[in-house]
Amino acid sequence: MKSTAHRFKAQATAALANAELQRALHKAGGGFVDKRRAAVAAFPDFEGLRERGKRIKDHTLCHLDVYLARFAAQVEANGGKVHWAEDGEAARRIILDICRRARARSVTKAKTMVGEEIGINDALEAGGFEVVETDLGEYIIQLAKEPPSHIIAPAIHKTREQISALFDQHHHGSHTPRLREVPELVDEARQVLRNKFLGADVGITGANFLVADTGTVVLVTNEGNADLSLTLPDTHIVLAGIEKVVPTLADATTLLRLLARSATGQEISTYTTFVTGARRPDEPDGPSDYHVVLLDNGRSRMLADEFREMLRCIRCGACLNHCPVYSAIGGHAYGWVYPGPMGSVLTPQFVGLDAAYDLPNACTLNGRCQSVCPVKIPLPSLLRRLRERQFERGHTKGAARWALRAWAWLAQRPRLYRPLAGSAVRLLALLGGKRGRARRLPLDPGWTVSRDFPTGAGSTFQAQWHKRRKQGDD
Amino acid sequence: MPEPSRSPRVALFVTCLADLLRPQVGFAAVKLLEAAGCRVEVPEGQTCCGQPAYNSGDRADAAALARQTIAACEGYDYVVLPSGSCAGMLHQYPQLLADDPAWAERARRLTARTHELTSFLTDVLGAKALPPARFDHTVTYHDGCAGLRELGVKRQPRQLLAQVTGLNLIEMRDTDVCCGFGGTFCVKYPELSTRMVSDKCANIAATGAEVVLAGELGCLFNIAGRLAREGRAVKALHVAEVLAGMGDGPGIGEERS
Repeated sequence: MKSTAHRFKAQATAALANAELQRALHKAGGGFVDKRRAAVAAFPDFEGLRERGKRIKDHTLCHLDVYLARFAAQVEANGGKVHWAEDGEAARRIILDICRRARARSVTKAKTMVGEEIGINDALEAGGFEVVETDLGEYIIQLAKEPPSHIIAPAIHKTREQISALFDQHHHGSHTPRLREVPELVDEARQVLRNKFLGADVGITGANFLVADTGTVVLVTNEGNADLSLTLPDTHIVLAGIEKVVPTLADATTLLRLLARSATGQEISTYTTFVTGARRPDEPDGPSDYHVVLLDNGRSRMLADEFREMLRCIRCGACLNHCPVYSAIGGHAYGWVYPGPMGSVLTPQFVGLDAAYDLPNACTLNGRCQSVCPVKIPLPSLLRRLRERQFERGHTKGAARWALRAWAWLAQRPRLYRPLAGSAVRLLALLGGKRGRARRLPLDPGWTVSRDFPTGAGSTFQAQWHKRRKQGDD
Repeated sequence: MPEPSRSPRVALFVTCLADLLRPQVGFAAVKLLEAAGCRVEVPEGQTCCGQPAYNSGDRADAAALARQTIAACEGYDYVVLPSGSCAGMLHQYPQLLADDPAWAERARRLTARTHELTSFLTDVLGAKALPPARFDHTVTYHDGCAGLRELGVKRQPRQLLAQVTGLNLIEMRDTDVCCGFGGTFCVKYPELSTRMVSDKCANIAATGAEVVLAGELGCLFNIAGRLAREGRAVKALHVAEVLAGMGDGPGIGEERS
């Protein structure tokens, strides 16, 4: 997917003005937040669980080489094949090779964000394969030819009317009465997808966790689509980032408890599947050909630098749901695969900081994302760190940089600051007059577009304080 | 730490917003602290805590302002600020100055005795000896994000407001959601900021409160400015002004009488 993160500002403005998108976001908004709150409240010591989740991920990241090697050895011992992909291009080549060797025509996919990250759908289609997304939301946006706008609810930006129109266009043409109700739409998608499942030659899934001890791939869905994607075709390909590995099954279950509650407020996802290798001789179903593609794509670089904490992310989406900026504009404005706070840290790692100037800045550092992150990623600190890199490299834009430096310069000179500040507040008070506020201000970069500016009392606290003290002394 | 018998010497770091645009917040803080038995001083040489530089990625200027603030405010029993975000900024000084062991140690000593005003009055002084205050109005309270999440300020202002005669607090929906100020955010991304502050104002208006309170002037200027533009007759005040019995004059951005 080609990044448009450099156009964030224009895209955000357009999103705010898009009535249909606003209707969809408004309808979705709050649901995840309320459900998560209830699930967390019902769990004894959720804070302790978060701390345990964080420690599991930190420990694994400290010994990532060891656990990855152990995981790979176990997969191979179980009859699977492990492929190491340094970047997206390598991963696409590996996956296309497997599909060609399997003489595949049709590929079913269970939702994978790493798949979006490497643009696997376009590559498969260019290679002549039919690709069908089997997660309902992902299927909807595949029909709409759009990227996901949320990492766990990819079609959250779509209204029911839009989905109804899409199904109309793709499933049966306008001669059949259009489906209006949600259950009808779900039923129709289920029927269409059922045939795709049965006819698929290759199934591609992501992974929520990779268990080093056993070589197990853990997958969660609420639709069972991953299970059908991986049991029905003869070939199963798992595509996962290298940061998904955890040491033991017990570690995976700790993280599962965090994941479902943080993502959707469920105690556990409807389907939690543990995949350990291809079909054994005595088993009735499952693939005979089983591959795990482990993707680096910049992750080992992050492991070595100051953004390592981001590799703890388990992709629950809680930071998106609790972000007031994401809630206002949805995911597409961010311009690449990962939106919201986690995306604002990740996207610059993938597309370059200079091509994503706004992402670290379009945030008030209010910290709500960090407060709900199941693995305690200090997202505001990481965003601030990106701002520091931008400032060091001189990316920070002209007027803003000049104004900030001027303020800092003056603030470091209290004896100059006080008289100048005194003059400035007198001037402001004059501008505000008796009303006590101004509708327009000279040199204003954006405040008075939508707000009045309270113009103050005309003299500073420090001046008044010293005057009173002096009078007191006399 | 001071002996219990002796009245603590408190440095008031008034914050640049209160200093320049709402001096009454400083005087309210002084009144509250003195009523609680503190000897209050306003150290010379205080200007800005460095937050704008720090949040814009300018670590060098933030560190310079940190050293200036430490030099101005050390040597007191406590440093108190009528702002959660500025108090939170002072708590960042040790890591900001971590490269310089001597300054980092001075920063740690300062941070250990630095408090946001309402948290100081409750958590340190036990919410006793407030000056008598009366405020016959329905109010709602906005939680500033930095105070709430960096310093855990949530219960403290409410506990203090419960002691004000005649005051009726109605909580708004999403009181802990950002108002869209965010320092330079509000002028860098005015459309996003406007959307967030409009949502905040709608939640405030839905309570029917006559007054919105907060412990953070950044939020209050943003909210008051938007309330005025929307033509809503809700007054905005810093919580210290109401606690000190100084809430009856013009609100923030309100016509001077």
